Amino acid sequence: MLTRASVDSATRRAQQLLLDAINQPADLIRLSVADWELLVRVGRRARLLGRIEADLAQRGLLHAIPTGAAQHLQAARQVITHRQTLITWEVNRILWALAGSATPLILLKGSGYLLARLPPARGRVFADVDLLVPEEKIGEIEEQLVGHGWFKTEIDPYDDRYYRVWMHEIPPLRHSERGTEIDLHHRLLPRTSRLPSSPEPLLAAAQPLADPRLHVLSPPDMVLHALVHLFLEGDPDEGLRLRDLLDVHDLLCHFAQQTDFWADLVARAGALGFRRPLFYGLRYAQRLFATPVPTSVVQQLAPAAPPRPLLALMDRLIPLALLPEHPDRPRGRATLARWLIYIRAHWLRMPPGLLTRHLSHKAWLRLRGVRKRVDLAQLDLRQQ
Amino acid sequence: MIIGDLARQDVAQRLAGDGLGIRFGPFNIRIRSELASFAALAHQLYAPYPIPGEASFNDFHVRLARPRGLRRWWRQQVCFAVDGQSPFAPYTVEHAFPALEWGINWCVATRSHHLLMLHSAVVERQGKAMLFPAWPGHGKSTLCTALIHSGWRLLSDEFGLVHPADGSVLPIPRLIPLKNESIDVIRRFRSDAVIGPAFYGTRKGTVAHVRPPLDSIRRADEPARPRWLVFPRWLAGAALSLTRMPKSQAFLMVATNSFNYEVLDATAFSLVADMVDACNCYSLCYSNLDEAIRVLGELADADQG
Repeated sequence: MLTRASVDSATRRAQQLLLDAINQPADLIRLSVADWELLVRVGRRARLLGRIEADLAQRGLLHAIPTGAAQHLQAARQVITHRQTLITWEVNRILWALAGSATPLILLKGSGYLLARLPPARGRVFADVDLLVPEEKIGEIEEQLVGHGWFKTEIDPYDDRYYRVWMHEIPPLRHSERGTEIDLHHRLLPRTSRLPSSPEPLLAAAQPLADPRLHVLSPPDMVLHALVHLFLEGDPDEGLRLRDLLDVHDLLCHFAQQTDFWADLVARAGALGFRRPLFYGLRYAQRLFATPVPTSVVQQLAPAAPPRPLLALMDRLIPLALLPEHPDRPRGRATLARWLIYIRAHWLRMPPGLLTRHLSHKAWLRLRGVRKRVDLAQLDLRQQ
Repeated sequence: MIIGDLARQDVAQRLAGDGLGIRFGPFNIRIRSELASFAALAHQLYAPYPIPGEASFNDFHVRLARPRGLRRWWRQQVCFAVDGQSPFAPYTVEHAFPALEWGINWCVATRSHHLLMLHSAVVERQGKAMLFPAWPGHGKSTLCTALIHSGWRLLSDEFGLVHPADGSVLPIPRLIPLKNESIDVIRRFRSDAVIGPAFYGTRKGTVAHVRPPLDSIRRADEPARPRWLVFPRWLAGAALSLTRMPKSQAFLMVATNSFNYEVLDATAFSLVADMVDACNCYSLCYSNLDEAIRVLGELADADQG
């Protein structure tokens, strides 16, 4: 019989293995076969197998771990290398399709890290290309892409309306031969969001890459976008993405080498209205990954903290939503935490009336047993 | 130790507890299930398969679980789950066994990119492998089942697992799911073949699982060198023809019949090129199974000299 205490300790073990693997990769060679087995399972769930592989490869330690585990890491590496090639080629093809257009394209998240050669790209799985473009150019770009081999994915009218009227992006465009997807964004948060999301300051501060048509967000904006994405996107099954918080950790460590980065980050968070997400992000990055954050920054952000009881609640919920459960012993309280975080995210994304309508539509689908659209390509990516 | 060394009771207890360990070629699988019907079938059909040692690394943890949600109360269903995630829609509970078999194949196909995975049946004689890359419906499972009951060793009926280090093919002698008419064809071909119960009305029609001969299961750690590539096609009433195929065409057919050719990129290109180089390539069209077996046997015999 599984007692609550034994389930808790199994879960703690699984989570500690994952965090230790990220924070002290050199110690991985000391793990037993049973530990490796559990680490591969939770690492896959958190989509961090590629990261673990990259850290070990960098230290020349892949041969010092059990063969069975090494094979799973190697498999993840193959997929990641392949995805990096695909995404790089996809960006090349997008530039080809949009030849003659002077509109700057801002690469968001994964493809941005990859093309700007930033540390989070290491060992990371890239699903699709996310682009931020001025809203008035969306129609033109969509048309040009559709004229060059991409097509609008078939979604039901409810979802199409959901995207076009309320969201910050249009329904994904998929390439007819390669199957790769492009998400075209015109802002970072849904139009309906309680948090401000005017895209003009981001566009103005974006930084060009080697090809002057390609840009990435400025360092502070990149961190803030990763955080907003972490806390406001996500689904109730998966919870919050630990992978995204690790991106933030990597970005912070990397940009901290630039003078004034921290001051710029705090100022920008204030200007864009993202002080609360930044407060949370730094707090949990410090707790989970021991991210070095200057004391002065922590002090400056202290006023952005929520009231004490709410903070105490978030301190319980967020780790439950971020860290993978033991795969054989998922706990009801983690499921609950993920739902609460999901509802909170939606609360911030849309006004109450709209939220009620949207969630009851989704609940109705669930009740009727309509399964979510399962994208096999995306499902495959989650296996690494 | 093999599954057959355990009493049926033990198999059921392991399945309901920490899981039943089983080794399929290069993969250790841990299976959990509380279904009594599944335990009985597993005990019977998996009997000759080895149980990995206590200290072995388990590659996949799979489970047959009752689905969550309201629907469980009015329909008896079962979900295939790996690491607590269910990638497929639930199955009716009668189809639990084929669901698990497909699920394990899915795990291999989506997670084993340390190997090149061809979509191919593979059999062996005297250390040399004959591969049958083919699309579903071309009769590779039937042909492969007939061959392994005629003196050939089974490496796989589904996966040509090519090791990138040396281009050898690794055995994964799993149960062979025969579909529809093939079941009776094999029953007539070898009345002593071990065939599990027929599952009617599955997503792939009627399915019954053939257990490979014991020798194939015992020698699951002996790889083989590719020697022949045969592209089979069963055609009702067709006269047998075995014709040489240009290597350039064989290359394309192998590369496009792969689970992860693109993922492995340049590695896959060299592996397939080397394989096609080392193999005689044929296309085979047949309707009579005995004739096909005879001709392929002669092909192998002729190569000995």
